[in-house]
Amino acid sequence: MIQMGPSSVKWFTAWRRRPWAGYAVVLAALAIIAVAYAGVSSGGDRAQASDTQASAQDIAKGKELFNQTCSSCHGANAQGTRTAPSLIGVGAASVDFQVGTGRMPAMNPGAQIPRKKPVFNEEQTRQIAAYIASLGGGPAVPSSDQVDPKTGDAALGGKLFRANCAQCHNFAGSGGALTGGKYAPPLDKATPTQIYEAMVTGPQAMPVFNDTTITPAQKRAIIAYVTQTRSEVNPGGNGLGRVGPVAEGLAGWLVGIGLMVVAAAWLTARKPKKKHND
Amino acid sequence: MSTTTPPKAIDGAIGFADERFATAGFLRGKMKKVFPDHWSFMLGEIALYSFIILLLSGTFLTLWFKPSMSEVVYHGSYTKLNGVSMSEAYSSTLHISFDVRGGLLMRQIHHWSAILFLGSIMAHMLRVFFTGAYRKPREINWLIGITMFTVAILEGLFGYSLPDDLLSGTGLRITQGVLQSIPIVGSYLYFFAFGGEFPGQDFIPRLYTVHVLLIPGILLALVAAHFMILWFQGHTQFPGKNREEKSVMGKPFYPVFLIKTTAFFVFTFMVVALLGTFAQINPIWLFGPYTPDSITAGSQPDFYMGFLEGALRIMPNWETNLWGHTVSWNVLVPALVPLGLIMTGAAVWPFVEQWATGDRRIHHIADRPRNAPFRTAVGMAAVAFYGLLWLAGGNDVLADKFHISLYQTTWFFRFAVFIGPVIAYIVTKRICLGLQRKDAAEYGHGVESGIIKMLPSGEFIEVHEPVKDDAEAVLASKPAAPALIAGQEEDENGIPSPASRGPLGRARRALNGAFAADDIPIGNGHAAGHGPGEPGAPGDDDGDAVVKHPETEGGEHRELSRG
Repeated sequence: MIQMGPSSVKWFTAWRRRPWAGYAVVLAALAIIAVAYAGVSSGGDRAQASDTQASAQDIAKGKELFNQTCSSCHGANAQGTRTAPSLIGVGAASVDFQVGTGRMPAMNPGAQIPRKKPVFNEEQTRQIAAYIASLGGGPAVPSSDQVDPKTGDAALGGKLFRANCAQCHNFAGSGGALTGGKYAPPLDKATPTQIYEAMVTGPQAMPVFNDTTITPAQKRAIIAYVTQTRSEVNPGGNGLGRVGPVAEGLAGWLVGIGLMVVAAAWLTARKPKKKHND
Repeated sequence: MSTTTPPKAIDGAIGFADERFATAGFLRGKMKKVFPDHWSFMLGEIALYSFIILLLSGTFLTLWFKPSMSEVVYHGSYTKLNGVSMSEAYSSTLHISFDVRGGLLMRQIHHWSAILFLGSIMAHMLRVFFTGAYRKPREINWLIGITMFTVAILEGLFGYSLPDDLLSGTGLRITQGVLQSIPIVGSYLYFFAFGGEFPGQDFIPRLYTVHVLLIPGILLALVAAHFMILWFQGHTQFPGKNREEKSVMGKPFYPVFLIKTTAFFVFTFMVVALLGTFAQINPIWLFGPYTPDSITAGSQPDFYMGFLEGALRIMPNWETNLWGHTVSWNVLVPALVPLGLIMTGAAVWPFVEQWATGDRRIHHIADRPRNAPFRTAVGMAAVAFYGLLWLAGGNDVLADKFHISLYQTTWFFRFAVFIGPVIAYIVTKRICLGLQRKDAAEYGHGVESGIIKMLPSGEFIEVHEPVKDDAEAVLASKPAAPALIAGQEEDENGIPSPASRGPLGRARRALNGAFAADDIPIGNGHAAGHGPGEPGAPGDDDGDAVVKHPETEGGEHRELSRG
């Protein structure tokens, strides 16, 4: 140690006297800060995270898939055509939602594209999302922490849901009708990630609820409300589809009045004549 | 004619009462009231029994319900609303649902009974209308029934509004809008009812008093009046063998009908309890508390308000500005016109019919709907009008479940509400006349036996068998069509009589014609050999010893002649 000391100091002193040493130190400090920052803020900034995940290979594969199945409507460069909108800037979240719920690729361009069995698997979806994200900006796929229903306040979510979502999706997320043949789909199948993506991208007739309108914590609350509500057992028996009084009236007439009429008919039925009475 | 007194069990009780109140003669007669054996005569009883269940289950609910708009923060068993601020009315309803033993079941039984109550009233009224059972002497009971129906709708609306959940508040908001739309006094009425701006602190407590005290009291009094009149006048009955105007056949109240109707009460309770156990109704915890900034898809009232909701939904957005005041036709018309048309129409119908046909006789034999084609057709037109409005009230659910465009349903109903009743009128009238023709053919030629005979000449004929006695009596019961009223015909110079001039006279002639038109007479000369059976002494037609008793049968008759 004693012998090595002077020689290593000499070596370090020799290096730091070089003309470019100052620049190297600044660069190293920046790199450390950048890495530290990325580590601290990793949860908040998924755009960077997904960008770093999206390798050039993914993007190339995604572009290939896009050309095969999406470009006929969305255009060769995703610039949009008369039948389908431009996808530049819609972000990976939009792709993940539309492809992940099976809505895209669409089969029949009607008033609204229905949910169906997804055509692409998760990896392919990620690749297409990477390609679309590479075209520029847009919300990225949320991390699992961001959409974790366990960390959401369901009571707050309920309030927000009734004020923002229930007028289309119904009080229990059973869905409802919209104008022009469109509809708000039932929320029974949407995963927490898809609910989040729908809020940030506003698919089809749905408005966008960005992070200013509804903060990420509030979004988690809404996700908690939706997932808890749909898994909640109906304490009063059969939920009758949770669509409100229309189903109740139908059940009241068909089952209630129906059974009573059967009972009345039975009580007043004529019995066959007893022979010994005649 | 073995005995003229009821069995011992009831006679003892009557004797007990008689020694104290001198009521034996009265009670003995009343106990023998006869109830006809037809299922449709039981519909009104569903209403009676569900009303009793409503009173009992409602009393249970009042023990915990707090009719207060004071704001509280919820920390109860339903964790999904933990920390949410709400009215005390809503939180106490949550308390009943989740923390009171049997509370949710009682709430559901109460609500399902309300559905059954209104549903059976409607079914009962349709039966009374289509069989002409509202005719003299029962017009007053018909009016009492319509009053009860209207009051019951209000009672239901108020009950639906009390828990102050999201749907309640939405309904109250519409109620407020309707009050406000009344010209001139609208805003005063609204402020008077709500004690200030909507929703305010006062309306729920006020509704509560009306819901648990005033309206049940009115209903109870009307039910009593309805039954006393019914007991006094007796039931109508369908035409048949040995059925005549002067007596009614069926089971006496004691003991046969008493057992049957008790069983029917148990049935009613069973159906309501089954629904209350297995079918969730009005899940207010899912709706959430009412806040004026929230609304949900599927905001509907209970079914009996559905036709008003439908009218509101399809009404074009029409407003007029008169001298600086807005007349909101878009709210006023749907709130008043359909209700007014149906209720007022039903109320005046017995009197219009008497006036138009000149028939002021007493009727105890019910009409078969086919034999009164004009009435049946008008009734079905009203049913179509009501039914289409009712469907329009659920147009968003229809659009969603059947994948139809919402606006298309609105436009469809806007036209259908006018065209549908006309189609219903025409189709019903044709069906009635077709059935009359079939009746006349059966009466005149018998029924097809399915046996083909070859005559010696080689001709094939189908053997017709005469109609059986019972059926023949039913066919023969067809009343003659109402004749044109005497004194209204034109004289030999083609001059109408003075009574038929003027707008009223012309209206009467037109209505008279409508009642009298298109009649297919029964037994037009072909019926030789098997004419209508002679109305014999009232006798039993199903072998029940109790009914066979002439005393039982004749009781009704005597009471009527006394009245």
